[in-house]
Amino acid sequence: MERTTLDLWFGAFVSVGFAALLVLALKVGNLGAEGQREAYKVEARFDNIGGLKVRAPVKASGVLVGRVQEIHFDQDRYQASVTMALDKRYQFPKDTSASILTSGLLGEVYVGLDAGGDTKKLADGDRVAITQSAVVLERLIGQFLFTKAQEDAKK
Amino acid sequence: MLERVKRPLGRLGHNFIDGVWRVGAMARFFALVLSSSGTSFKRFRLVVREVYFVGVLSLVIIAVSGLFVGMVLGLQGFETLQRYGATESIGMLVALSLVRELGPVVSALLFASRAGSAITAEIGLMKATEQLTAMDMMAVSPMARVIAPRFWAGVISMPLLSAIFSAMGVFGGYIVGVVLIGVDAGAFWAQMQAAVDFRYDVLNGVVKSLVFGVAVTVIATFEGFDAPPTAEGVSGATTRTVVSSALTILALDLVLTAFMLRADD
Repeated sequence: MERTTLDLWFGAFVSVGFAALLVLALKVGNLGAEGQREAYKVEARFDNIGGLKVRAPVKASGVLVGRVQEIHFDQDRYQASVTMALDKRYQFPKDTSASILTSGLLGEVYVGLDAGGDTKKLADGDRVAITQSAVVLERLIGQFLFTKAQEDAKK
Repeated sequence: MLERVKRPLGRLGHNFIDGVWRVGAMARFFALVLSSSGTSFKRFRLVVREVYFVGVLSLVIIAVSGLFVGMVLGLQGFETLQRYGATESIGMLVALSLVRELGPVVSALLFASRAGSAITAEIGLMKATEQLTAMDMMAVSPMARVIAPRFWAGVISMPLLSAIFSAMGVFGGYIVGVVLIGVDAGAFWAQMQAAVDFRYDVLNGVVKSLVFGVAVTVIATFEGFDAPPTAEGVSGATTRTVVSSALTILALDLVLTAFMLRADD
């Protein structure tokens, strides 16, 4: 193979291009930060998931421990079923509870895990039994108005 | 009276039919390019040479434009985010806009106007000076020897150029956000990494730029191949390349974005 300046330029161009892709993947994106860690799946059922989306973070004590992988409507129980992929490094007791929370006033909706006290740990395919649904603002206001009206009636 | 109405109407109809014909001819042309691509890989040097012309020589305009676009995004983002006290999100805003949309789209537009027009003019002139016919006479397929290498060069170059554009843009956003405005560098990168997902954002951007690369080079080579063998014909073809590439890129971008957002949910 004879070497020409053209090949040099071609090599340089392709290298710079791939370097840029690498920067986008590792520095700009989350490939380095999260990567494809070993994960196990846990399911939870909620009466109302509010604005939860696929890929929303799952946090325990505010630390990211996994992501929501799938959401579907359970036709038998009329509940939302949320599948979460949790990082293998983090193990949770069997009686851990999951709640749907919002970070800040306009922040994103995420799943918060509160560890229980069981000695057994959640394994792949298990279900989180204790769940707390999202707070629906309209219902909250409705309740508030209802109690207000009751108070007024008592007077 | 009737004549004066009929003529523009006739032209309108003619233009419409011509447009439809063009789409069909382009599809057939594309299939022909794919089927005569064997030579390009057997003699990869042909492709390397074209990559130099369409890719390497586009580096400067792509890198500088990327830097400017990133800086402008940083400034504009700062202006708006300041109201909500969320200037740390500049990184996120700049990176997401670039990786998802602006990187692939703007670099494809620049590529179409810089490399696409050159390809059309070159092939158009080759045809006008009967070089393509000469090749045919010598039993060298112009499709395999001239068109296919340029096509593959565009397909190889576009995603790389788009990645370079986005990376430079992020760097521009960093210059404005962190160096000039003084946003905390850690927060800048952390917010960005939290928001930009490799699979959903970066790879989607790469897919987009690949599709744009195919579209632009097919249009550019087809217009050159189809140009009337006159000075006017070549110039008209070059103009058509830039116009229809731009429109095609933007239309495809809408379709691809809709698809990708659907796939997310």
